[in-house]
Amino acid sequence: MEMKEQLTSLKEEAMKQIKDSHDLKALNQVRIDYLGKKGPITEISKGMKKLPSEEKPVVGAMVNDVRTAITEEMDKQKEELERQALQEQLMSETIDVTLPGTAVAKGQGHVLTQIMEEIEDLFLGMGYQIVEGPEVEEDSYNFERMNLPKDHPARDMQDTFYITDDILLRTQTSPVQARTMDTHDFSKGPLKMISPGKVYRRDNDDATHSHQFHQIEGLVVAENITMADLKGTLEVFAKELFGADREIRLRPSYFPFTEPSVEVDVSCFKCGGKGCSVCKHTGWIEILGAGMVHPNVLEMSGIDTDKYSGFAFGLGPDRVAMLKYGIEDIRRFYQNDIRFLNQFKVKE
Amino acid sequence: MNVSYKWLTEYVDLEGITPDELAEKMSRTGIEIEGVDYPSEGLKKIVVGHAVEVVDHPDSNHLHICQVDVGEEVLQIVCGAPNIAAGQKVIVALPGSRITGNKKIKKGKMRGVVSNGMICSLEELGYTDHVVPKKYAEGIYVLPNEAVPGEEVFSYLSMDDAILDMSITPNRADALSMRGTAYEVGAIYNKKVTFPELDYVEDPSEDIKQDMQVSVENPADTPIYSIQIIKDVTVKESPLWLQTKLMNAGIRPVNNIVDITNYILLEYGQPLHAFDYDKLGSKEIYVRRAKAEEKIVTLDEEERTLSPENIVITNGEKPIALAGVMGGLDSHITDETVTVALEAALFDPISIRKTAKALNLRSESSARFEKGINLATVQEAGKQAAAWMAELAGGRIVSGIAEARSVEAKDVTVSITLEKINHALGTELSEDEVTSIFDQLGFDASISNGTFAVIIPPRRWDIAIEADLIEEVARIYGYDNLPSTLPISASHPGYLNEKQRLTRHTKHFLEGSGLSQAISYVLTTPEKAAAFSMRESDRIQLEMPMSEDHSTLRMSLLSGLLDDLSYNIAHHNQNVALYENGRVFYTSSEQTLPIEEEHVAGALTGSLQQADWQGKEQRIDFFVIKGILEEMFAAYGLVEPITFVQRTDLPLLHPGRTAAIMLGDEMIGFAGQLHPSVAKERDLKETYVFEFNFQAIVNAEKHATIYQPVPKYPGMSRDIALMVDETVSNKQIVEVIKENGGKYLTAVHLFDVYQGENIETGKKSLAYTLSYLNPTATLVEEEVSKAFDKVQSALVEQVQAEIR
Repeated sequence: MEMKEQLTSLKEEAMKQIKDSHDLKALNQVRIDYLGKKGPITEISKGMKKLPSEEKPVVGAMVNDVRTAITEEMDKQKEELERQALQEQLMSETIDVTLPGTAVAKGQGHVLTQIMEEIEDLFLGMGYQIVEGPEVEEDSYNFERMNLPKDHPARDMQDTFYITDDILLRTQTSPVQARTMDTHDFSKGPLKMISPGKVYRRDNDDATHSHQFHQIEGLVVAENITMADLKGTLEVFAKELFGADREIRLRPSYFPFTEPSVEVDVSCFKCGGKGCSVCKHTGWIEILGAGMVHPNVLEMSGIDTDKYSGFAFGLGPDRVAMLKYGIEDIRRFYQNDIRFLNQFKVKE
Repeated sequence: MNVSYKWLTEYVDLEGITPDELAEKMSRTGIEIEGVDYPSEGLKKIVVGHAVEVVDHPDSNHLHICQVDVGEEVLQIVCGAPNIAAGQKVIVALPGSRITGNKKIKKGKMRGVVSNGMICSLEELGYTDHVVPKKYAEGIYVLPNEAVPGEEVFSYLSMDDAILDMSITPNRADALSMRGTAYEVGAIYNKKVTFPELDYVEDPSEDIKQDMQVSVENPADTPIYSIQIIKDVTVKESPLWLQTKLMNAGIRPVNNIVDITNYILLEYGQPLHAFDYDKLGSKEIYVRRAKAEEKIVTLDEEERTLSPENIVITNGEKPIALAGVMGGLDSHITDETVTVALEAALFDPISIRKTAKALNLRSESSARFEKGINLATVQEAGKQAAAWMAELAGGRIVSGIAEARSVEAKDVTVSITLEKINHALGTELSEDEVTSIFDQLGFDASISNGTFAVIIPPRRWDIAIEADLIEEVARIYGYDNLPSTLPISASHPGYLNEKQRLTRHTKHFLEGSGLSQAISYVLTTPEKAAAFSMRESDRIQLEMPMSEDHSTLRMSLLSGLLDDLSYNIAHHNQNVALYENGRVFYTSSEQTLPIEEEHVAGALTGSLQQADWQGKEQRIDFFVIKGILEEMFAAYGLVEPITFVQRTDLPLLHPGRTAAIMLGDEMIGFAGQLHPSVAKERDLKETYVFEFNFQAIVNAEKHATIYQPVPKYPGMSRDIALMVDETVSNKQIVEVIKENGGKYLTAVHLFDVYQGENIETGKKSLAYTLSYLNPTATLVEEEVSKAFDKVQSALVEQVQAEIR
């Protein structure tokens, strides 16, 4: 039994040395020391032939167990040491994560385009078409078809750039509506459209006036269109563009191509209606003009006013952007200073 | 129009309704009130003073030392006004008071003399120059003698009023008067409106026929023309109540006769004109169109040259007034006037509008004639004015009215069904509800079989069709009370059309490539408008531009983008990459309107990627923009190929660094370096630009994505380096490689170009990777080698390449 004891103590010793090996080299030395050809375990195996034959299998099994245990322990320790070595190596590769990331060249859509596309997408979702038209228009489409005959006092409301007596830069996107009403086939369904685009007025440029700006107008003509439909549509619109908590109110107004005509206020999106500098302490911001399409306008497009009615609305993306972001000068939109353009990164 | 709250209360009971509440209610139901002004707001301790003694200041040639009784005490005040005199009742700002502009008045000394306050002009109380009577324009204001020293001045001057700034839209000219406004207020509060009885007494001893005959050339121009004669008037200052009413409305008091005409203008909205009868030069008035080049000197002492667009009032021979716009200087009321010829008329709105516009003479009168007046009160307004002239100027009204009239005021009946009203508004109003709304508006409405017959009085000449009635019902019922619904109709999908879809794609691509979207001015200078134009076209110019800078429609987007670049560079933004999508404009011989063509353009300078701690900056050069464009064009799926062809002849561009962008055989745009001398003119550095006709892309034939299965077998590649003459282009070499590459050659990738040291002058070295793939089997080494050898020998043979 001397051998058995010897093996047990050898195993304990080996285990301890394995645990104390702090690198692969030391671990390898332990292997050589215990399991090598000249190691004690090999020695014991060699000495087994001197043993009585009934003890041989017992000691033999024990030798194998010890060998296996040591080998397993060594593998485990080796794995641990490798893990530690890798960890050390990785730690030595540490970078400063606060260094700036590799820049990506990324441009921005113009803030006015962002606002217009947001509105376009909302109305596309409600089954409207986006229709464009000429920026250089005939007087008849820009004014007369909008129920504004020549020498009508309301023409003073819009100073106009004329190219000839009959050709002008459109002052509103409404002529697109007249052109579309002319060609729309009502037997194929209602007309639901929005027309975004540039418009022009004969104005001196300053912080609040620009001779070039943008408009989006909407038009629905169908059977059974009511003013309540207009109100409902504008409510959806206001909530989408300015937030779910927004309310609207209608105030009577005048546009030649609608009757009744209303101006539409949205509860202030800065203060929520309590009153602040943005809403001039009224709690409301004027944002849209709207109304029921004037029967003259429908009739000029050959639409039967006994059967069809419609509503129209319009707003200025420039004004919306100025209010929404507190932009102080309308000329900023057209100077295209990159310090201005590149601010509008957040896609709302 | 400025509306006095106090004046309004003469016609309609506003008990319990504050001016602010009234303003809010009016804005919400019909007429926008832009603001309410309280004239006395911010002013305090301003009282009536009695100047008991006025002596000259010993050390000044214009100051006076005044002893002023302000009720409880007599204050010494130094005053510099030239019109101060002992015995006057004046406006005194006491020590510690506040005058306009929140200016505080303190005790002080003026040239050594104690001054306890200030004697004020109207301007110092906040009146604007153009309403202060001329007499007091250069000095202090003098109150009537009955003013009591020590009392606040505000009630004397009607400054304890509230003035509503009414913004009247062209359709509501009926409210351009105090009476019209009173009807409106009565309607929205459902209150009765009352007006004072007309106290009009003619002198039966004289008949107007002896003094005046009127006739008109064209009844369409002048449907109503009437003259009354008031004799023995004394022209003088108006009583204070009348002056303050005018001043609160923003009109300068002149004298009692002129003030009365203005007062009636405000009360009725009826413009009147008073002539000095004795200066007419005849007993006849004839209203006609002016002759060409006919002249008149108007009240403002300007000589006006007339045209047949203008209606003139003549004495039978020459013009004495510009109808509805301005009187003539020769016959205007002066202090010496004793007989007044008073005109009350109706003129054609369009002619008045044209005259006022052509002569740049917009007045309170012309504005009302342009927008329409109440036919029913033309004569009543004239009579009321005559009555006031009798009362305030001691005049006698000659009996009878000289008149030429071709229209009569009539009620108009407009019919509408209840169903139509509810249908238009989306409401469920009952007959009773609608009837009571009409009643509130003062319209008699009867109903039979669901149809209302609504009688509209002449004072609401804006109402003629069903839609007008619907609007009236809607606003009185209240927009807040309307339901909210969404249109119910056959649903059909909304979608972007081809152009809109491609536009969005292009924008996203360019933004993803580092370019920001610019929106530039479409109007530019004539010179810039034509620069970079890709078509022959005349310039399209405005008739009356505001400035030369914005006078002509652009024929290229680059015109604006280069302005944007200059702006950025001037503001020290060195690295700028902008694109724009929008229209350019060309003249057309085939259509009335110009051709509007959608373009996309870009202008870039500096670097797209700044140098950072990891590496070098990516300077913008020709190949940066070409790379962006190639990738973008690839995504359109164009059937015809896009190619870049060297061009040395494009104006304003670098002759050696410019390419035409070709779609098939058609040039659709260009890309290149801005000519350095053009860049220098605009203070720009090295700048690269591109512009192309986007409409051509929209119109071009396109293919969808063509899917190919991912290869199952591995490919192989071979590198080749070669030296050629520097005149040999990459395109030539790639063509040779492709022609001779065999059926398994899938890609040719240029990975190096070198010229310089170790290379013979006039030569360049290029290196390509050739990729091979057999989609149906694993490639065999020999096949590739054989194909590659063929390429090598072709290059040697065809472009005299030296394989390295």
